[in-house]
Amino acid sequence: MEMMSALLRRPAAASILSLVGVLAFYVIFGGVDLGKLLNAASWVNYAARIGIVAIPVGLLMVSGEIDISIGAMIPAGAMSAAIITGYYEFPMIFGILGAIGIGVMVGLINGILAVRTTVPTLIITLATLVAMQGVVLAGSKLLTGSASVPLTAPGWAKTIFGQLMFGGSHQVIIVWWVIFAVVFWFVLHQTRYGNWIFAMGGDKESARNAGIPVNRMTIVLFVLTATSASFVGMCHAILFNSAQVSGGMNDIFNIIVSVVVGGVLLTGGFGSVPGVFVGTLTFAIVIKGIDFTTIDRNWSNLIIGVMLLTAVAMNESFRKLALTAVLGKKENAGDSVVAVAKNN
Amino acid sequence: MSENTPVLEMRNVDKSFGPIDVLHEISLKVHEGEVLCLLGDNGAGKSTLIKTLSGVHQPTRGEMLMDSKLVNFQNPREAHDMGIATVHQFGGTYPLMSVGRNFFAGVEPTKGFGPFKIFDRKKANRIAVEQVQKFGITRITDGDRLVGGLSGGERQSLAIARAVYFGARVLILDEPTAALGVKQAAHVLRIVNEAKKRGLAVIFITHQVMHAMAVGDHFAVLIRGAIAADFRKGDKSREEIADLMAGGESMADLEASIEGYMETHGGHVPPPAH
Ligand SMILES: Nc1ncnc2c1ncn2[C@@H]1O[C@H](COP(=O)(O)OP(=O)(O)OP(=O)(O)O)[C@@H](O)[C@H]1O
Ligand SMILES: [Mg+2]
Repeated sequence: MEMMSALLRRPAAASILSLVGVLAFYVIFGGVDLGKLLNAASWVNYAARIGIVAIPVGLLMVSGEIDISIGAMIPAGAMSAAIITGYYEFPMIFGILGAIGIGVMVGLINGILAVRTTVPTLIITLATLVAMQGVVLAGSKLLTGSASVPLTAPGWAKTIFGQLMFGGSHQVIIVWWVIFAVVFWFVLHQTRYGNWIFAMGGDKESARNAGIPVNRMTIVLFVLTATSASFVGMCHAILFNSAQVSGGMNDIFNIIVSVVVGGVLLTGGFGSVPGVFVGTLTFAIVIKGIDFTTIDRNWSNLIIGVMLLTAVAMNESFRKLALTAVLGKKENAGDSVVAVAKNN
Repeated sequence: MSENTPVLEMRNVDKSFGPIDVLHEISLKVHEGEVLCLLGDNGAGKSTLIKTLSGVHQPTRGEMLMDSKLVNFQNPREAHDMGIATVHQFGGTYPLMSVGRNFFAGVEPTKGFGPFKIFDRKKANRIAVEQVQKFGITRITDGDRLVGGLSGGERQSLAIARAVYFGARVLILDEPTAALGVKQAAHVLRIVNEAKKRGLAVIFITHQVMHAMAVGDHFAVLIRGAIAADFRKGDKSREEIADLMAGGESMADLEASIEGYMETHGGHVPPPAH
């Protein structure tokens, strides 16, 4: 019982329950063959694609900010790699650096605007989202005359960023996702930087007064979200030998839903990397796992809506549980004000 | 340093926000091991005064001294680094973080080396629990507990214990007992006394006479941004103080006399009553 309640108090609790709930639903009402589902690659590939971005976005949201420009940064990373290496035929390494570089640049712009102005980051990154959509489309048309650019990556790049693993259909990006999760788990939950991120989301003014370099941390987090998005785009271009301009609106919603299902508080100050990891898995199973059921795939959005609400409600109540965890029943506060006055 | 050197002193400090004059010729001293109670009606300028002391605002005129040396805090960080700790109501604690993580926010103990320096959770929890227990909050025994689950008084106590542990010399408390019940307020008052015993200078804002009487050594009454009365414990009876704070007759008298004085003295305020 004690262990059970300790488990429920962890930020990942709701996402684990959501995962179990979705699987149970698919098995009972969708007639899913669990073995088949677990062996399938489609949802794992998809989870990795959004998961790599969802983890830094989760950290950013714990710190009390949000970044929706990631939607434009996935195609921006893909197009940068494809234009530099595919169209202009520079060595692959330049394509990779270009994709990473555009992420760092947009991340810096977001971060610097966030700390220099009082504009909410939702608005700042909405502006950079739209601006980057324009830059990517117009830039691609201007440079290559097309909105779709082919790219043939050398073997080593395929192996590191794009290859399908085990000769099957699992993409190597899954390994990257796990690496991201471990590194960010370490940073958020084991280092002082993690403590800073939580404190920033808890109370930014107090954090600043406690000497935490709030501005620097905010900029770094924005660079991480934008760069992780351009990284995912680059991996896709390398894997599929081409890049297309796209709006990336779906990605924004899918990533943020995964983060929220993963137990991150929208207002900041609470969340965990394991939670976001499981939240992403759950989300991917809903979207891609529905193909393994007898349920019409068009219902998947309804399921996501219901799951989102359920997960958020669960997160709320588990957080309350964590807050009201029984203290020792000792009562020492009995002395009255008068007693204090006498002691004085 | 001699016993009589104030830790922190204000000399003729004025503070205006544009055309609005909020503080007028404030002169104040706080000594080590002494609690200064700042009393006054809503809008009298108490918060503005302590925000000036803690570096949030800069004085428009006048000077501030720490250990008899002129100081000029450009931001709260500078004041904090000089040992001035301000605890606002519920401020300085993060509800969704554990007691240990709260206590060490910004100054985390680490173990290991290089890129693998990890936050020493055990040590943080142990010290945090030890320190708050030293202040008599024996109900906090688990450093992993979330601070949001503590009572308001316990949270205040945690913030005060933290400030003391990290070497604050001046502790500024803005209505720390305002939203608390009797027991909780007693907690906080006990901790104020404990901080005083450890030699801190404490500036304590309250609206409650009982709370002021319980811990105060020295009282200053602010009326419309000017110090209207400045006296030590024992100089005035509880009734007189209560009356002053409640804006009773003596308050009304003071107010009237200040206004009269200001009119005839070109806007200057009278020296505080003793
Ligand atoms: N930044 C500011 N700009 C303009 N006026 C201000 C500012 N801060 C405070 N004031 C004014 O200064 C006066 C004193 O405010 P202050 O908050 O210091 O009062 P207080 O004594 O703390 O009152 P309370 O007991 O209600 O907390 C008020 O009239 C307030 O409107
Ligand atoms: Mg006030």
